[in-house]
Amino acid sequence: MDAPRVSRAIGDPKIRRVGFFASDSSATDSLMIPSPRHRSIPVPPTHPSGDRHVASGSYDPTEYPKLATGIEKRGEEEEEKEVLQSSLKPLKAKTTKAERRALQEAQRAAKAASKDEGSKAVAESGRGTPGKSTKQSSQKKGGPSCVSPVATDKNAGNRPLDKDRKMDAPSPRMQFDDKSRLEKARRCAVVNPTESRNKVELFQHLPQYEYGTQLPNLESKFFQIGSVHPAVFEVGLRYSAGDISGGNARCIAMLRAFQDAIRDYCTPHEKVLVRDLASKISSYVSFFTECRPLSMSMGNAIRFVKSRIVNLTLNHSEFEAKTTLCSDIDRFINEKIILADKVIVRHAFTKVKDGDVLLTYGLSCVVEMILLYAYEQGKKFRVVVVDSRPRLEGQALLRRLVAKGLSCTYTHINAVSYIMHEVTRVLLGASAVLSNGTVYSRVGTSCVAMVAHAFHVPVLICCEAYKFHERVQLDSICSNELGDPDAIARVPGRMDVSYLSNWASEDNLRLLNLMYDATPSDYVSVIVTDYGMLPPTSVPVIVREYGREHLLM
Amino acid sequence: MENQKASAYYENRAVQFGVVSTDWLAQAQSATVHSPPHNNDDDEEIPFSVISEFDRWRKHPDLAEAVAAIRALAAVIRSSKASTMMQLEIQLKNASDTLKCWDTTSISLTAACDLFMRYVTRTSALEYEDFNSAKSRLLERAEKFGEISFKARKIIAMLSQDFIFDGCTILVHGFSRVVLQILKLAAQNNKLFRVFCTEGRPDRTGLRLSNELAKLDVPVKLVIDSAVAYTMDEVDMVFVGADGVVESGGIINMMGTYQISLVAKSMSKPVYVAAESYKFARLYPLDQKDLAPALRPVDFGVPIPSKVEVECSARDYTPPQYLTLLFTDLGVLTPSVVSDELIQLYL
Repeated sequence: MDAPRVSRAIGDPKIRRVGFFASDSSATDSLMIPSPRHRSIPVPPTHPSGDRHVASGSYDPTEYPKLATGIEKRGEEEEEKEVLQSSLKPLKAKTTKAERRALQEAQRAAKAASKDEGSKAVAESGRGTPGKSTKQSSQKKGGPSCVSPVATDKNAGNRPLDKDRKMDAPSPRMQFDDKSRLEKARRCAVVNPTESRNKVELFQHLPQYEYGTQLPNLESKFFQIGSVHPAVFEVGLRYSAGDISGGNARCIAMLRAFQDAIRDYCTPHEKVLVRDLASKISSYVSFFTECRPLSMSMGNAIRFVKSRIVNLTLNHSEFEAKTTLCSDIDRFINEKIILADKVIVRHAFTKVKDGDVLLTYGLSCVVEMILLYAYEQGKKFRVVVVDSRPRLEGQALLRRLVAKGLSCTYTHINAVSYIMHEVTRVLLGASAVLSNGTVYSRVGTSCVAMVAHAFHVPVLICCEAYKFHERVQLDSICSNELGDPDAIARVPGRMDVSYLSNWASEDNLRLLNLMYDATPSDYVSVIVTDYGMLPPTSVPVIVREYGREHLLM
Repeated sequence: MENQKASAYYENRAVQFGVVSTDWLAQAQSATVHSPPHNNDDDEEIPFSVISEFDRWRKHPDLAEAVAAIRALAAVIRSSKASTMMQLEIQLKNASDTLKCWDTTSISLTAACDLFMRYVTRTSALEYEDFNSAKSRLLERAEKFGEISFKARKIIAMLSQDFIFDGCTILVHGFSRVVLQILKLAAQNNKLFRVFCTEGRPDRTGLRLSNELAKLDVPVKLVIDSAVAYTMDEVDMVFVGADGVVESGGIINMMGTYQISLVAKSMSKPVYVAAESYKFARLYPLDQKDLAPALRPVDFGVPIPSKVEVECSARDYTPPQYLTLLFTDLGVLTPSVVSDELIQLYL
């Protein structure tokens, strides 16, 4: 058994020596380019001034060691893959260097980029030696794991989970009050960001609201930004304008745009489809993030798409690969979103009885489906729609329900305690459900759930399982999304009421428009998902048992 | 008296009623009149009926209704004339549905049938090419499941001994054979404890339980149902059985369990539930009225005016926040783990 592998190992150095520069460029493409938040991470080790920033930051000392560990784990994992797939060995060597190269290539497409590459080639050749020694030691370790199939199976089983952790790790690291990192991220941005005015002190670490004001710039640059596919560009514009809102709608629009981009994709010369397509998807994701921060459901869907790209075998032709990817995305949309909604409607319908008074907050498409389905099935119930400024999303829901003939009551969130005594059930949607049972949803949801809990009214959270996430979040401050502060100053339909029209010029005044809040699991009676009705304490079981299935479906 | 028909579940318990009284005589006669319907699956020379097989197992005094159902379904496999796996599965499914229809209000019966189907069909035997070896494999798993379920009570009794300490006082509500086994084993281990039994109107389950405990020389005090709060400060723990354990981690049990749990919670006494794992059901009640009612006749001893309405429900739902621990054959569980176990089994 060992003899053929030894011969392959002998052969590898020759390949590496002959095609040193070519293999480097290929290795660069093999990596998925991280999101802009991740790009600033490798810079501190090389910068002496960066070290001071790291030391002074309150969160940075703990994040930095984890980063190093994560990079090492990633390198080890890919080296294990090299043992299994001998033809890929030279392409995946030197993770750290390749990652930096990917970052630089993404930043500069002009001639200046080629000059920088030339100057750093000398430094990279100096780092080659430790990379080789690491690789040789890993080859020796790889031997026993190949000999025993049990060990191989264990490794295969563990890999998706490791990927999950690594892909998730970059997200919470970007703190927008870290000036040096913010500047690095801005250099990578496709769109020129404007300096945000009048930040709220407590929420300076969140991405500041800029994308609404970016709309004119984006429109004018449609023909200049060649790296973004037109379908992706269109969806990004609609995110910024607010035409597409809601976790499911945004996720489906993003996946459809990815499908269009994949269909129009052609593999460039001297590049491998798997790596180049993955980097393209990453750049599209960066663009979406600049248009509006991603939701949790979009993050899970992106993870799915990337895992499908990685699983494409090299034997596929380009056409077969593209067809397979598009059908996988179609299947994801149908099974995880559309069919899941139907299953949720069936489960929640069993809890609607004649004479019930159902309260819902804002606009959730799955809650709307439940109400309409129960009405069509002949249940006699009444609906209370609770709404709140500045988005007033409940009005759209109210119009649709009244048009169908449902008996409705409309009120704002300040009157929820007044109306709650006649309510028998509360139905709420969710943007995400986290590991500790916390429900992350439109701002105001927590308030409604707490009032319902105080009145001993059951709270049903209707959420698809693909929105479950293994993160733990205890409050609404460490992670949230900021909306347009001007929306608070305006009163729609009342142009004469404009007392806050000049709020930006007041140094003592800040307007804060939060988009989401976090509802602790104590206030949730049941979570209705496509896997049945669960207590909030069982969310980790779904994430653990079916997250794996979800990625490898 | 209400004209509504009492559920078969209640009649089943009445048959095993240990105290002779006029109520018992009347109920025994009514149980005889309303004999359960029979459905025959085969028109063979010797017709096999899953219901008659179930009845035969059910008459065993120590056998739970759910275990009797499991034995009956195992007998379906044994006597099946099917020649393909698909036919056998269909027959098993029909037999399971027949048993569930026999008493739609029995949660443990439904849960046991579902778990049995799940346990038996989740096996590599379905991939056998030879039908006979596949059938024997299924039968082997069916027998094993029956054995596991039958031994559940002993396992629970052993697990519970750590929670009973010398000098403790235990409040028991309802007649549960699992709870009785726990107390019996504690008495055999020479532990000194005292038991308070609720009267358990209108079934008088407390009378029966106190009778059994008196035979074991355990000090027993019988309290009327409304005296629970009065005696709770003397109590160290509450033991109840369960008709069903639902996905929220709560339990469905004899009427009064919820009330006792509320009192125990407010006075900081632990509530322990002894339940076999085959009673775990994929239900999620949100309140008391969210369940199909299991009705029973209530005798107040005097004629009730026709204008007066009587609450006839036989059981209630206790939410998980009022329960401390569940003693099951899967181990000692907190209520939040019930959903995890159900997810493992069903999805």
